[in-house]
Amino acid sequence: MNLGSLLTVNGLPIAEVAHLLALTTQIEKMHPGERAKLLQGRRIALLFYESSTRTRTSFELAAKSLGATTTLVSDKSSSIEKGESLKDTGLTLRALGAECIILRHPASGAPELLERTCNLPVLNAGDGMHQHPSQALLDLRTILTRLNLDAATAHAKSLDGVTIVITGDIRHSRVARSNAMLLPRLGARVILCGPPELLPQHAIEGLATDPAATGWIEIIRDFDLALTLAHAAPHGCVAMMLRIQRERLAGLELDLADYIAHYQLTTERLATHAPNALVMHPGPMIRGLEIAGEVADCPNSAIEQQVTHGLAIRTALLVRALGATP
Amino acid sequence: MTPDLLIRNAHALDPATGLDSPRDILIHHGRIAAIELPGILPAGPEELDATGLTLAPGFIDIHVHLREPGQTYKETIATGTRAAAAGGFTTVVAMPNTLPVNDSVASLHWMLSPARNAAVNLCAMPAATLGSLGETLSDYEALANAGAVGFTDDGKPVLDSDIMWAALVASARLGLPISQHAEDTRLTGGCSMNFGPVAFRLGLRGMTIEAESNIVERDIQLLRDIEKVEGLRPHLHVQHVSTAKALAAIRLAKQQGLHVTCEAAPHHFTLTDEALEHFDTNAKMNPPLRAESDRQAVIAAILDGTVDCIATDHAPHAAYEKEVEFERAPNGITGLETALGLALRILHRDHGLPLAKIVTLMSTNPAQLIKLHDRGNLKPGSHADLVLFAPAAAWTYSAEVSLSKSKNSPFDGAPMLGQIHTTLSEGRIVHRAS
Ligand SMILES: [Zn+2]
Repeated sequence: MNLGSLLTVNGLPIAEVAHLLALTTQIEKMHPGERAKLLQGRRIALLFYESSTRTRTSFELAAKSLGATTTLVSDKSSSIEKGESLKDTGLTLRALGAECIILRHPASGAPELLERTCNLPVLNAGDGMHQHPSQALLDLRTILTRLNLDAATAHAKSLDGVTIVITGDIRHSRVARSNAMLLPRLGARVILCGPPELLPQHAIEGLATDPAATGWIEIIRDFDLALTLAHAAPHGCVAMMLRIQRERLAGLELDLADYIAHYQLTTERLATHAPNALVMHPGPMIRGLEIAGEVADCPNSAIEQQVTHGLAIRTALLVRALGATP
Repeated sequence: MTPDLLIRNAHALDPATGLDSPRDILIHHGRIAAIELPGILPAGPEELDATGLTLAPGFIDIHVHLREPGQTYKETIATGTRAAAAGGFTTVVAMPNTLPVNDSVASLHWMLSPARNAAVNLCAMPAATLGSLGETLSDYEALANAGAVGFTDDGKPVLDSDIMWAALVASARLGLPISQHAEDTRLTGGCSMNFGPVAFRLGLRGMTIEAESNIVERDIQLLRDIEKVEGLRPHLHVQHVSTAKALAAIRLAKQQGLHVTCEAAPHHFTLTDEALEHFDTNAKMNPPLRAESDRQAVIAAILDGTVDCIATDHAPHAAYEKEVEFERAPNGITGLETALGLALRILHRDHGLPLAKIVTLMSTNPAQLIKLHDRGNLKPGSHADLVLFAPAAAWTYSAEVSLSKSKNSPFDGAPMLGQIHTTLSEGRIVHRAS
């Protein structure tokens, strides 16, 4: 395994999380001119088999702010030759001088394959329904910042007394998987919420991988109840909403009106059950489906800050990937 | 003709005759000429000292993919049968999912021809339906006359109940089994592993237990109905059973006197879906590796006799075919050279299954299943298809040195128990450990 890679949060040591958060803060404090020398002349390839404005731009701007040269290879460009294997594309990028590949891919596990076959540091920018580790880290930093906890450090008790309700299409969400695996290991209580079609009971068994996690993870299907319980948490609560991925629902019978009635985060629901909850969404949002437009824009919302923290976290991931020292 | 050979001081193990003691064995014209207590048989021109070794009838694998014709870059009949010999197998049954599909007398003849250079005895199960498309039965009678030992569309099920009925009826008239790949493919579209927590964690779509058991239960019901309606007694053989639910259905059907047999693959009693944690495509197969409770159920069904034989489902694939995204990788692993090592490690050492029972599962029962009366036993007159192995030898498997053309094994570097020493096919030494 390449030490600079980040493929999954599963098994990612807390010490690594701490290092990345500290590094993020350190880079953030640097003068832009100094920052731009960190990866001067280094070459980073963005390999995107799935379109993504937010994540791609975030990684690209992070790389540029560090002075690196980036090249984008996407399925929309002609660069991914028809039928060429992921392995061969990776080898080609390496031969062209790429020192790190940022990969977004519709197949779960693709980053593992790319790393194994091209032996470069690989940053997983989202693979299938599997993982989105940089999203989990940026969400963690957002939570720490907004709850006035120390965002430059992380340890097994960082999120003690904090409850996070992750609601929606957990079954198809790599963001939910990553967050549900990472946050309990920092002491958070994580409540998964959603209908059985989008949240099978065995999700718990699948996601609770770290027996040493001081927090815990559970399913509560009643969104109002989940919010009420979260509201009682002594050090803060979060309502993390997920996008309904219509493109992945093939074959599933989901009554959208019913879903909206039970799981949409509305102003009223928030005010009634968890008025202080920090509202998060990894984007892109469908206003009026999983989240009401007013809630997305309300003072509780951290949605814009998530994007800002995304850029910051990704600078640290790139610096780590290329072994630079600030 | 090979000269006579005397194997001395072997510990002979033959469940067919109940033999489990030291013996010398004389081979003449490729057959077992005599088997006697040590020291009785006169010295021959050629001798093999088997002191410390177990001698058993050569193993019979009723489920292998040899990829010829059509995909000889993965395997050929010559390389696959050499790998078989290295694993102690002296008869293998080739599955029909070649290119083209083996569904005609011409292709069966071609496959079984000496020109293919099989190192051991080669049998074949041609396709149950033309092109394995599940629509029209192949010509069972002609194929049986040409040497077919059963019929199967392995790789896919015979999904249509009417076609399966017709297949069971036609094969019953010939006294041959229909070997079924039990998978309701209407439930497994887009699935690449077992359904459950591990699939959830990995973000992969999973095949349910029911996708397997529904077909097994349907087929068993067909047996009942055919016995009643047609007065025939069809033989259903269920391939590579992987779930507790399907095994329970088979166990019950056997108790009810129906002619059902089944096989289990070494990977299903050795590994679980946890082996996919890092998207290792060398652990991707169909039926998929299941949960621990299913693995335990397979072991229990082997111990209580519900499982009739061990079959490897040897399925070679080129490295580049497996070096792709998990969901795109082909199913299957190589298995001929690791079967005994895993059977002895898991079933014998870990679960106390006697050595003789292992031989029953790997020689005696598969021989009976495909009606090879002069193989799979150590009776005088039978073919000298023999395996000599050191049952207590611990070793480590290396895929790199496999005799198969392909190296797609999840057991590369895995510990094994019981090492093949020498394999003889019709009296000829076809493998000798270096
Ligand atoms: Zn099969």
